[in-house]
This record gives sequence, C-alpha cells and structure tokens, in this order.
Amino acid sequence: MKKKLVSMLLVGTMVAGMFAGCGGSDNGSASDAGTNADASEASDAGDADSGTADEGSDAAEAPAGDEGKVINIYSWNNEFKERVEAVYPEVQETSSDGTVTTLKDGTEIHWIVNPNQDGVYQQKLDEALMNQADAAADDKIDMFLSETDYVFKYTDAEADVAMPLKDLGIDPDKDLSDQYSFTKVTASDANGVQRGSTWQCCPGLLVYRRDIAEDVFGTDDPEQIGEKVKDWDTLKATAAELKEKGYYTFSSYADTFRLYGNSIPQPWVTAGETTVKVDQKIMDWVETSKEWLDAGYYDKSVKGQWNDDWNKAMGSASKVFAFLFPAWGIDFTLKPNWDGGDGAWAVTNPPQEYNWGGSYVHACVGTDNPQHVKDIIMAVTGNKDNLMKISKDYTDFTNTQSGMQDAAKDDSFGSQFLGGQNAFTYFAPVAENIQIAPLSAYDQGCVELIQNAFSDYFQGQVDFDKAKSNFETAIKERYPEITEISWPE
Amino acid sequence: MKRKSIDYSKWGYFFILPFFISFFVFSLIPLADTIRYSFYEYYRSGIKEIGPNFVGMENYVSLLKSDMLKYAGNTFILWIIGFIPQIVIALLLAEWFVDARLKIHGKQFFKVVIYLPNLIMASAFAMLFFTMFSTNGPINSILMNMGLLSKPIDFMGTVFGTRSLVGLMNFLMWFGNTTIMLMAAIMGISPDIFEASELDGCNSFQRFFRITLPLIRPILAYTLITSIIGGLQMFDVPQILTNGQGNPDRTSMTLIMFLNSHLKSKNYGMAGSLSVYLFIVSGILCFIVYRMTNGKDDKGGR
Repeated sequence: MKKKLVSMLLVGTMVAGMFAGCGGSDNGSASDAGTNADASEASDAGDADSGTADEGSDAAEAPAGDEGKVINIYSWNNEFKERVEAVYPEVQETSSDGTVTTLKDGTEIHWIVNPNQDGVYQQKLDEALMNQADAAADDKIDMFLSETDYVFKYTDAEADVAMPLKDLGIDPDKDLSDQYSFTKVTASDANGVQRGSTWQCCPGLLVYRRDIAEDVFGTDDPEQIGEKVKDWDTLKATAAELKEKGYYTFSSYADTFRLYGNSIPQPWVTAGETTVKVDQKIMDWVETSKEWLDAGYYDKSVKGQWNDDWNKAMGSASKVFAFLFPAWGIDFTLKPNWDGGDGAWAVTNPPQEYNWGGSYVHACVGTDNPQHVKDIIMAVTGNKDNLMKISKDYTDFTNTQSGMQDAAKDDSFGSQFLGGQNAFTYFAPVAENIQIAPLSAYDQGCVELIQNAFSDYFQGQVDFDKAKSNFETAIKERYPEITEISWPE
Repeated sequence: MKRKSIDYSKWGYFFILPFFISFFVFSLIPLADTIRYSFYEYYRSGIKEIGPNFVGMENYVSLLKSDMLKYAGNTFILWIIGFIPQIVIALLLAEWFVDARLKIHGKQFFKVVIYLPNLIMASAFAMLFFTMFSTNGPINSILMNMGLLSKPIDFMGTVFGTRSLVGLMNFLMWFGNTTIMLMAAIMGISPDIFEASELDGCNSFQRFFRITLPLIRPILAYTLITSIIGGLQMFDVPQILTNGQGNPDRTSMTLIMFLNSHLKSKNYGMAGSLSVYLFIVSGILCFIVYRMTNGKDDKGGR
C-alpha cells in the first residue's frame, strides 16, 4: 500500500512538474513577445524622432498612451483591409499571413475574417457582440463591417452595437458632407442618427455585349443603346427585338429584382410591428418576371443568381444581351466569367436608377480605441483624396459626390475591361438619383425568401397562391416573431 | 486491510472516467437542455435575444400545425428510394463476392472501388452532382451531343428529378458499405451448411432465400436500423443540392433541413421540440424494427 502511495506521489509530482513547465515556458514566450513589441515600438519612436515630423510622432503616441494596443476589426473579406492599407497613413506593415497590421505607433490591427456565405460572418459577429461587455479590453471588437442587406440589424438604436458617429467626434453633416446622402440614410438608425459610414457607393448600370448590340440594333454606341433601355416600356419593346434574333435580354428574373426591391417606398417591416408588408413593387416584379420569362426574354435555364448557370450566361457562348450591375459586379463577377477579350462589354444607363450592395464600416460600442477608429473611418470614407485613390486603384465607385463628378469628366478613369469606356460618366448621374428603400432588420430574409418562393412559380412548379403561402411559411421560419404577411391588393 | 487479493476494479472506473466526463459535458447536458428549451420561447431577433419564456407545449402544437408531417414524408421518400436499390444491390454483390464457385477475380479491387464513394464528403458529393446535373452542366451537354436530347433536361427543376438525384446519391454512397457488412455476415455462416445444401440438390435461389437470408437477419436488422436513423438525419445531400431550400416547392425538404431553418434565427425552442419529436420517432422505429427482426428468433428458440 505504501509503495503504491509513493508511486502515486511520484507520478503526481511528475505531472505537476510537466504542467508547471508548460506554464513557465508560456510565460516566457509571452514576456518575450512583450519585449519584442516594446523594442519595435521604441525603435519606431526613435525613427520618427530622427525624422522631421516631431509633431507627427507626438500625435501618434498620445492616443496610444490611453488606448488599447489591439484594434479588432470584423469583416468577411480583405476588401476593407486593402483599402485601409492603401490610404490610412499610419499603417506600417501587415504580417505575411495578412491577419495583423501594425501601425506606426505600435498598435496592432487584428483582422478577423469570416466568410459571408450561409450567414457565417453574421453568426460569428453576433456571438462576439454578445460577449462584448465581458471581453477583455484588447479582445473587444473595435470596428466591424456590414452589408446593405443587414446593416439595419446593427445600426438599430435599441440593439446599440454600432456607435453613433457623433460620439466618436465625427459630425456627419460637416465632416461627411461630400458623401452621397442615401448612403448616410442607409447607415442611420430609425431616428436618423448615423451609426456607420462607407467608402463605396453602388449605383447600378446596364452592362451589355457590344457584338449582340451590333447584330440586333446595328450600333453598339452606349448613347443609342441607352435610349433603347431608358425605361421599362421601352426596354420591353427592345426585348422583343432581341428575342426575334434569338437573344435573351437578361439572364434571369433575379437580375431585375434589385431594381424593384431596392426602391420600395415602405420598409418590409415597420419598426415595432410584426407584419411583413409585401410592397406593390415586389408584386410588379413578380408579374413582369413571369410575363417576360414566358415571352422568352430571359434564359429559362438560368435560375437565380450566384450559380454556375448564371456565371456561364456571362460567357461568350451565351445568348444573354445584358446584365444589371454596380461597379463591383462588373469587376468581381462579370470580368472573371467573361472568356473573351477586353472591350466586348459596354455600360449604359439602366431602365431605372438603383443601388445594389455596399459595405458599411461601424465603430463598435465598447471599443477601447475610439481615436484610432475615428481616424480610420475618416481616412477611408471621408477623405476625398483617399477616395479618389481607391477609385483609381480598385475601380470602386467611391462615396464622394464632387470626386465622382470629376472622375466622370476625366478620361484617365476609363476601364480597360470596357475597352477604355469611362463608366463613371454613367455611374455618377445614377448615384445622384437613387431612391433608397427604407430599411428594416428583416430585409435580408425577405429579399432572399421572396425570390426563392416565386422561383417555383416562374418555372411553373406551383401556382401563384401556393408561392405566396410558401413565402409566408419560409419567412415565419426565419423570423419567429413575424405573425402576419400582408399582400398588396 | 483484511483482503489479501488486490482489487483492480476501481482502476477500471478510473480509466473510463474521461469518457463519462466528456459524455456528460458534451452530450448529456446539451441533450437535457434541448428538451428543457423545447418548452420555452427562446430565439434571437437581430442581435436581441428573446426569452427564454416558458410557454408549455406551444412549440409542439405549432409544429404539428406546420408542414412538419409533409417534411417527414419527404424524408421517408428520399430515404426509401435510396435504400431499396442499396439493399438489393448490396445483397446481390455480397452473395456473388462470397460465392466460392463464381471465382470472381480482383475481388479486393472491387471491394475498394464500391466503398470509395463513401469516402467522399457528402457535401462535396452533392456539390459534384449539383454541377454535373445543372441545366447547362456536363450531363446535359453529353446527352445533347450524342443526339439523345434536343433540349436540356431541367433535373433540379422537377420533383422527380431532384428526389431521384438525392436517392441516387444516397445509394451510391452507402451500397459499398452495406455490401462489405453483408459479406462479413455471409462469410460468418458455416460452410458446412452450404455444402450440405448442395449435396441435397439446392439451387442457388433456394440457397439464397432459405439459408443465406435467414442466417444474416441480425446483420440485416442492424443495417436497416442504422439506415433508418441515418435517413431521419438526412441533411447534407439535399441541403447542398437544393441550396437549403428543398426546391421545388419544398418537396425535398427533410426534417433536419427544417430544423436547420429554425436554427437560422437561433430558435432553440422550436428546434428543440422538433428534436424531441425526432427522438421519439426514431425510438419507436427502432423498437418496431427490433421486434420485427428478432420476434421470430424468439419463437424459434423456444
């Protein structure tokens, strides 16, 4: 018995020793890292001092003194990171794996990237926001991004997760006066308090194939084609012409949805209510889509967007005449799917002004780096020179009214993919005329589910009433608090 | 210290303790929580948490009023159209592979090949089928180039097409696994019995139905039970193939996909009560199958 006791004791001490060892080495490495950071910081300060900008280094050090060492930014891709690296003057370097950007004053930006697909990004962000109050200062979210479809979920005054810009020391009326006003409306809560800002603005255009235009209309001139697609009635007549020659006007009914859906006059769900109001415009979309699909103006084999068939419809073998895209769509979706040379596509005015997408930057309530956050927001979204640089380098349509008007007149902004055509000429007037739909926290689900439900109807799988009831079922599943769905008469 | 013999049994308990602790933390507590929350209204609206408020049986009632039974029907149909060919082909292959007189060459090779589809992740497999059978996909192009079709078939646009694809995938993924299991079962039968039957002039049909089938019944029952439980949990294949919508018209929406759509809003209450329903149903099914396959044995034994 004694022997056993002794052996157990021995084992016990060994295990304890092992753990202690681990702990020790952990501490060691942590303190190592700490000294490294300190050292690099010191050398930074030294560099700055040896340079001419004494004030600059002072300014940079001052906030670092009472601010956290880590700025955590949640996003779903590298878009915002690239913009920050390009225009934020305090950026020193980004680690090779792209997860940490070090600023000149030693503060680190940690990029927490989760993909947008299947709502993963929102899930992760929501979890983190729920724990925001209990998190250690350097683990707190300092900034996060959101998309137009769900921006309202985070700017909601009651949820109170996105800081009002005023609290950061940004006066939206003064500091962001050059931004397009609809982007400011989108980033505001129901009381009109702006809680986010964006560097981009997403007015959409009609992008068409020059060879098809030449074949059907005898011209590929954007002005003349623009005349043929200037409103829905004219476009319908044009569609019939295209059909005669065996071409489709658009690839699918989903292509036109944003034009109707993003300009509804009332929100899907009025704040404080639990009724989803389907707008007449949505029903117009349903009616037109069915009519056009049956008439053969859309490609029947393409069902919705973001799938293989849709991508193929952008290839040279396809018979689709045009797509409706904002700047990012031309660059990130059309360009990679096009298998021909540059200059085959051209842009012109859409049948109706619309906005599609946009990423908003928010300061998170509870941030320990308000000064840095303010600087980053101002540098990326409120500085005309920076925005023009982004426009030039990344072909974003950026959020500066005067800048975009300049770009529209400046031929150096011509796009290589569009054969040198300056798309800003067409973007700018659209951006000025956008009627943005009032938002609700339910937009993403409504937009997604109504398209799915009526997809079956368009394809003749179900009748109109069944499609309506399928939407009702689906929306109640997604949002348990929804009690009623009202349809326009 | 009266006992002279050393009792090692407590070490046994000590060594299985980690399992019980992890089971308790990761399975039992969540299980109990699932059942508890099924009586609560508990979900998230935006980033605001609603509840948990006790609502009694309300979740259960509203689930019964919803299309749950339709989805249960879908699940059953999707399972059965995969399972019937699976078990038939597996029995046939197992019988052939084991039959010494057929002398099939490269048995080992075929065993590996038929098992291979099971190694692919179900979601990857579904993605592959989704691409292959899309309207402008390779299957349609091949058929059209061969002149068999004038217009592409819209596989995923029809109820029949979508369900058949799901069934086909489940069949392809699982028949190899079943074959190998049944082979093991058939090889476990004493060769004496087969020899005796041959001496008595048994033909191969008689041998299969009178000897092989009755003797592998326990393994067949096991296959059936695991397949039913697997079928009830069918999720990834139809989810990926139909983009989570159960298109067209929700006819390929399975119970777990229904559960998943509740979890999009973190509706733990509703999802919990659906899980409890599933639990009860799988319990009943297992019990029935167990009685069905073991019942005769009891009588025979007596």
